[in-house]
Parts: sequence; C-alpha cells; structure tokens
Amino acid sequence: MDAVDALVDDLFRRESGKMVSILVRLFGTDHLALAEDVVQDVLCRALEVWKFRGVPDNPSAWLMAAAKNRAIDAMRGAKKAKAYALNAPAEAPPDVEALFHPAAVRDEQLRMMYSCCHPKLNEDVQVALILNILCGFSAKEIAAAFLIGVAAVEKRLARGKKTLALSKHLLDLKSDDVVGRLLAVQRALYLLFNEGYHGANATAAVRGELCKEAIHLCGLLLEHPRARTGPTYGLAALMCLHAARLPARMDCSGRFVPMELQDRSKWDPELIARGFAYLDQSARSWELADYQIEAAIAAAHASAATAEDTDWETIVALYDSLLAVRPSAIVALNRAIAVGQKAGPERGLEEILSIADSEILESYPFYWATLGEFALRSGKHGEARHSFRKARELARNPFERDHYAARIAASNMRA
Amino acid sequence: MSQFVYFYRGWTRPTSPAEMQQQVQKWSAWFKTLADAGHLADRGFPLERDGKVVAGKGKSVTDGPFAEAKDIVGGYSIIDAHDIAQAVELAKGCPNLERGGAVEVRPLMTMTS
Repeated sequence: MDAVDALVDDLFRRESGKMVSILVRLFGTDHLALAEDVVQDVLCRALEVWKFRGVPDNPSAWLMAAAKNRAIDAMRGAKKAKAYALNAPAEAPPDVEALFHPAAVRDEQLRMMYSCCHPKLNEDVQVALILNILCGFSAKEIAAAFLIGVAAVEKRLARGKKTLALSKHLLDLKSDDVVGRLLAVQRALYLLFNEGYHGANATAAVRGELCKEAIHLCGLLLEHPRARTGPTYGLAALMCLHAARLPARMDCSGRFVPMELQDRSKWDPELIARGFAYLDQSARSWELADYQIEAAIAAAHASAATAEDTDWETIVALYDSLLAVRPSAIVALNRAIAVGQKAGPERGLEEILSIADSEILESYPFYWATLGEFALRSGKHGEARHSFRKARELARNPFERDHYAARIAASNMRA
Repeated sequence: MSQFVYFYRGWTRPTSPAEMQQQVQKWSAWFKTLADAGHLADRGFPLERDGKVVAGKGKSVTDGPFAEAKDIVGGYSIIDAHDIAQAVELAKGCPNLERGGAVEVRPLMTMTS
C-alpha cells in the first residue's frame, strides 16, 4: 500500500482538473463553485486517509470514485432542497456513470478547455482560467508563476468564471463553434507555454511546470479528431522542440545560458524526437499556421550539433515567412538576430535599427541585450555598455540582472 | 521500550492541489522514517471532524465540535520509544508542525509499569 512513489507528479492537480470538468458538466456552469468545493473536499479526504493509510494502488480511480459519490450526494441534496436546478434545461440530464467513464473524462476536459476560451474573455483571463480549472493551480500559485499580484489573478478568475456561468453550458464538441474556438484554444496554450518559456519567473521548476502543462493540454487536443489539425500538430511540435532545451537554459547557479553557449548534450532527445514527429504530422496538412513555421525554426536549431553548425540561411528564410503571416516587432527582432548570425554583427545591428515599430521593443530587456551583443561583437564597446545598462534596468529578475551586469563588465574590457 | 500515542491537533489544511499532494508525500516520508527506525507501532487513523458526544447520567447526545478548531484531534498514531524524551524528539519531525498544528505525546499506561 505504501506506494508514495507511485504518486505521479502533479497527480492531485491533474485529477482536480478532470474532476472539476466532469462536475461542472453535471451541475451546470453556474455551479462551478459547487464543483470546486466538492473537488476540494475529495482531495482533502484523500490527503487525510492516504497520509495515514498509504496511497492506494490506483490513486486516480480512488479519487474519481470519491468524486462520483459526492456528486450523487450533492445532486440528491439539491433535488430535495429544490434550491437550484442543476442542469441547463436544453440538455438531457447527464448520466453520472457514463460521465465518470475514463473515455468520457478526456472529452469533458476538452469541453472545459474550449469553454475557458470564450470569445468574450481576454487572453490573459483565458490562460488564468485554464491554469486554475484544468491544471489545478490556485490563484496564489498562478500569481507566483507569472510574478503578478494575487488580487490581479483573482480578478481575472472572477471575470472568467462569471462569463462561464452566463454561458449556461459547456461548449458541445460536435457544434460548429468548435472549429472557430480552436484558434483561441491554440493561442491560449501558446501563451501559456510562452509564459513558461520566456516569462519573468526565474525559477527553472516553475518554467518547466508551465511548459509541461501546455504540452499536456496540447496532447489532449491532439487526441480529438476535430482538434487534430496541422496547426495543432505544429503547436505541439514547437512546444516539444523548445521545451527540449529547458535543461540546458540554466547553469548550475540558476543563471540563464544563451542558446549558442548551451551544452547541447543536455537537450532532451525524447522531446526533440516527439517534436520532429509532430512537425512531420503538421506538414501533411494544407493549413499553414505560424506555429508550424516557429516549430520549423526550433527544428533547425535542434538539428545543429553545435551552434556553429546552425543553418542560419534557412532560419532567416523561415523568419521571413513568419513575418509574412504574423508581422510583429518581436519576430522582426528574432529575424534580425538570425541575419546577424548569418552575415555578421554589423548587418544584425542594421536590421535591428530598421525595425519599424521598435518603440514596443524598447521596454523589452532582450531587445537591448541583443543590441549590446551585436555592438560588442562589432567592437563598439561604448554602445554595448549603454545597451546592456538599459537591459539591466529592465531586467525582470535577479538572474537577468546578474547576466546583464556581467555583460556590462565584458563591455568595459578593452578589446 | 514504552508506547506512546501521538494525537495530531489542529493544522491548517492546504487549499491548493499541489500543496495537498506535497503534504501526502511529507507525511508518508515521515511515517517511513519512523517505521524504518522501528518506532512505528501503528500508523493509526485520521478522524472525521464531526461525530457525537454522549455525556452524563442523562446520556445526552450532542453533535461536535468538541473543541476549538485549533485543538481538534485530526488523527492518532501509536509509537514505540525508550522514554517520553525520545518520543518527543521523534514528534518534532511531524509535518503537522509546519502547518501550525501540534502533536500531543501521551504515554500509554500498561500493566507492567
């Protein structure tokens, strides 16, 4: 019975997401709070019983069975009290047994995922909702991961839950809305992944966790025939190929290591292989989205045995295509970096300085850091120092600050 | 070797799933340390928060709560230790303490003592 090791990482969080999704389907979206209370109660019982009696052989089944019993109790109680109608009248009353069937659980999570991406909600609200409801993150944990205030997260969640409640029922996976909503779901998962990958939080564990959640949810999408599109495969590919580099992105003291200096033997070969397989799948589709192009860029990096072997020619061309589909200053900056790598730092500087809407970039430490690097490589020490100082002012955490301080010191050294 | 009961009193339950899982892991690890060192006679049980109290000659039956929230016994275990000093020392590793709870250590009275 003492199978603590069998407790998969994140079991409580993942199961919480499954249970809330099923219970909301049972109780209706306007009873999300009741669903959350029931789940909280089930998890508390698991905590108490397991800590004394040991973890059961199938913890997930234990939790599901407990949730089912509590759901039946809650519905009986509601019927008796007639306090509220638990089901939206348009829908046939859901069959409790069928809903808790393992095969149904995935669909319920998908319905919840689509429902969290309601068109009325801002993307930051959608991402917060997904993390809270489907991934079991508390408002405090989301705030800590994103380095924002708890009150701001609570506000987002409250707004999102209100919209969910007003929508009466979860999105039907067979409805036409699914096709349109898929874009929003992909976008929310993309943002979630990016928050992990590029976000302000310096903790490697938090970054990895957010990326892992995004990959997990994207995997759920790929299990559904209507969501399994070229762009979804592209999104999954880009997440895997980027996440593969996570183990090499921090040195032993937690400092950020730029890609050209990373120890590539630390890149996760399993994630790279998965990424390439997804990229192949995405290429079979006629639909082309920016995700595939971004994945192809990541694949070009993953294919290079050393930084010197990088095929910058291909990468610049891919950035050109990406700029055509998704014109943005950040993409232009990344393209400029690739040009600089291919044709030398002076060309890189020219490209950066010719970016049209660079005001957006000026609040972005990475912009200044890139200017600094290219200036330094061109022997322009004064300019490099100035840029790295700007980057240090904008740094979002102590590790970034340290990194830029070290670059300022490097700029002070005579060439 | 003597026996002692640990009563685990009032602790703040974690609210996020991740924290709850951490607690399961901490408690399991703690019990394992006790068991490996031969101190764990019986892991015991967690106790439901509510129950009934039967009291007095009149056999009156009332509902809980039986104490202030911070004093409610949430569970118990039975421990083997040389003396109360050792039992107390062992109790200091209890994860209950990290969450504002307490462990009450009480020697069992036996025929031989």
